[in-house]
Amino acid sequence: MSEVIVITSGKGGVGKTTTTANIGTGLASIDSTKKVVLIDTDIGLRNLDLVLGLENRIVYDIVDIVQGNCKIRQALIRDKKNENLFLLPAAQTKDKSSVSEAQMQDLIKNLREEFDYIIIDCPAGIEQGFKNAIAGAEKAIVVTTPEIGPVRDADRIIGLLEANGLAQPKLIINRVKQNLIKQGDMMEIIDILEILAVDLLGVVPEDESIVASTNRGEPAVLDQNSRAGQAYRNIVNRMVGANIPLMDLEEKNSIWKKFKDFINK
Amino acid sequence: MFEFIEKLFGNKPASKSIAKERLRLVLIQDRSAMSPAMLDALKVDLIKVISEYMSIDIDALEVCLENENDSIALVCNIPILEMKRTKADN
Repeated sequence: MSEVIVITSGKGGVGKTTTTANIGTGLASIDSTKKVVLIDTDIGLRNLDLVLGLENRIVYDIVDIVQGNCKIRQALIRDKKNENLFLLPAAQTKDKSSVSEAQMQDLIKNLREEFDYIIIDCPAGIEQGFKNAIAGAEKAIVVTTPEIGPVRDADRIIGLLEANGLAQPKLIINRVKQNLIKQGDMMEIIDILEILAVDLLGVVPEDESIVASTNRGEPAVLDQNSRAGQAYRNIVNRMVGANIPLMDLEEKNSIWKKFKDFINK
Repeated sequence: MFEFIEKLFGNKPASKSIAKERLRLVLIQDRSAMSPAMLDALKVDLIKVISEYMSIDIDALEVCLENENDSIALVCNIPILEMKRTKADN
């Protein structure tokens, strides 16, 4: 029985693609008996290949499959490190209308035969790309950051998901800056949950090491020293049923941090 | 350092409370703008409840959301045809 999960946000730049890469890599590495495929549905603006470090291996893409230029198997790219993990890349030179909702549903139906997890990276916006991304999904994860714009868009997306039969999406709050929360300049997790009225899947702290891991094309979930990586490992464990408390978001104590705390008191 | 002094005298509300309040208001608008179907469902339920107490002119009934400054109100205009003496049990 496969799980088909769409990762969406409404707003761009909140970390959908990074979240997709980390969740997919995490799911494939905690259980080597499960096969995972990540689908990039951001046709025209593909990025998931870069975050995974697979950009040089693309031959065929999702549009080639629906147009019958290749078989599904030919377009799937195996991950460098994890042999259970695959990427189905978006086309870069086409546009969102190159794929229809019915074609997406059909594609996912075929992928179900081989994969345990099908994770769909949704483009920003609520137009055709969004409609395609949710067409074949049966669960949804909404990514937001603790700012008014992204939370407002998340609310709109949650409404649209529910109207399309994807009830009770789970929320990931990304790029949480604990020092700003302490100082009263960032909405707290509990405030956001109250406003959006959805279940929390995880909280990811702001972590500069994400930039380096994206530069390298190695998702942070594999980096034992990355705090964001730890947050993604927790999320993945929760997805497979483990009961893991939210991580402590405090920065590790350093003299600089103590000094900043003193100034901000 | 100025922020530090401002905080010391506490004359500026934390920006997170401003964010929360602005979001609360904007989401009422977003959500209310979203579905005419919800408004229709509300109308049907209103008619059901009010009819237990009075008979109303269903065709002339108006229900809408009105936006004024930073509050939103549900405004209903419901012409009454006849008052009932006791509550009718449906």
